Amino acid sequence: MGDQDIIIVQELTKTFNGLTAVDRISFSVRTGEIFAFLGPNGAGKSTTINMLTTLLRPTSGSISMNGHDPTKDPHRVRQTFGIVFQDPSVDEDLTARENMEYHAILYGISKEIRTRRIEELLKIVELWDRGNDFVKKYSGGMKRRLEIARGLLHHPRILFLDEPTLGLDPQTRNLIWNYIKGLNQSEHITVFLTTHYMEEAERVANRIAIIDHGRIVVQGTPEELKAQTGTDSLEGAFIALTGHDIRDEESSHLQHMRERRKIFMKRRR
Amino acid sequence: MKVIYILWLRQLKRYFRSKARIIGSLGQPLLFFLALGFGFGPIYTKAGGGDYIQFLAPGIITMSVLFTATFSGIEVLWDRRFGFLKETLVAPVSRLRIMLGRTFGSATVAVLQGLIVFGLSVIIGFRPTTMALMPLALFYMILIAITFTALGTAIASLIEDMQGFQIIINFLIMPLFFLSGALFPLENLPKAVVVISTLNPLAYGVDGLRGTLIGTVHFGLLTDFLVLSAMAMLVLMTGAYLFSRIEV
Repeated sequence: MGDQDIIIVQELTKTFNGLTAVDRISFSVRTGEIFAFLGPNGAGKSTTINMLTTLLRPTSGSISMNGHDPTKDPHRVRQTFGIVFQDPSVDEDLTARENMEYHAILYGISKEIRTRRIEELLKIVELWDRGNDFVKKYSGGMKRRLEIARGLLHHPRILFLDEPTLGLDPQTRNLIWNYIKGLNQSEHITVFLTTHYMEEAERVANRIAIIDHGRIVVQGTPEELKAQTGTDSLEGAFIALTGHDIRDEESSHLQHMRERRKIFMKRRR
Repeated sequence: MKVIYILWLRQLKRYFRSKARIIGSLGQPLLFFLALGFGFGPIYTKAGGGDYIQFLAPGIITMSVLFTATFSGIEVLWDRRFGFLKETLVAPVSRLRIMLGRTFGSATVAVLQGLIVFGLSVIIGFRPTTMALMPLALFYMILIAITFTALGTAIASLIEDMQGFQIIINFLIMPLFFLSGALFPLENLPKAVVVISTLNPLAYGVDGLRGTLIGTVHFGLLTDFLVLSAMAMLVLMTGAYLFSRIEV
């Protein structure tokens, strides 16, 4: 692990009421790479992301995000990353531009820069014409694009994408990945992503770590993973490593709320 | 400051953009006015209490401030999963400022709601005895709003699910309301009720509002002010602490 590692995780552990969600994992993400963090449902992906992004305090272990410790210096860490959450976090009662404006103010971006960047980003994600519409009128793909634009507004060094293409059609998925790849190349933003679509991970990721039952099973380039398991696709490698069992996520409050949200959103339309 | 301001502004924008919510929330106070005001009015007058609508109106105004304020906690619960609040939690901004911005925003909404109900009560026949003390009445409404918005936030920071929140609110807010003197005078009551009312911060809010609007007080305006301000500070500090501990 050298200076080129922007995220360094060592022996990271998180237990909830005696249940170990993340079990002494260690990995590192190199500056400027696209890193895919894969695993079945309930494997510990979101818990890990929450710890990296200062939303959850680790039980033990250490994290370095661009040289800062999220538990000791959350402020500095928060400045270095942008995130697109698995659950939507745009305000539907505000317009796209208001969402962007508020984000910029939260990150202390001055008015001139803010105005310019918002226009720039909304144009890139092709939402500029609809910028003054309320977000509740947007389709799922449009909301995702808005969240990605917002996550980039403060020019983060690391961009977290927690299942950014979940529930989107192939066209939108394609657009989003092309955009992320372009950004990674032109702006040298490190991308940390999770996804359930293996072919997407295979296509965009430089390196991959697979987590299961809270432990990292394997990490390496897609080619290394395939060679190691003797399979010809990442999906094959993934199943070879994590088995065929279907994981039932325990019904949690979050799950209930997601269900309610679905019903609620349908009614609103 | 700017962060507190935009979070405050966001609450107001959301409020003004949901006309249905504004109109819908007038149903309950209206029902209370009709059922209690006109239902118990004649008995109250016969018992020598005077015009019951005069007595009741400050209580109903307090009620709408109380409910709007406390239930804003639900929004915190919702918002930290599926909304802008989660966004703010990963922003390089202190949790204290986020909490204050939100709380002041929701408190402002609660006060606006109280003012609308005040308008409604005037239509129904309520007449404040003096206009001079109106600014002071507004001040009491603000104190009630801040106290109970912060309380809602504090509870929402501790609870994970919606049902849990609703249960706690029902077991806490309903007794606070019914034993606050909003619906009946606190004079000549059984000792136990008097003791409970004296410990109930909302009772001081009701008393302050009634004192400024129709000139009858139970505890006294200064006591009301002191107790309520102390309470607002205490709950705000507790709420801010609990909010800063939120994990996702």
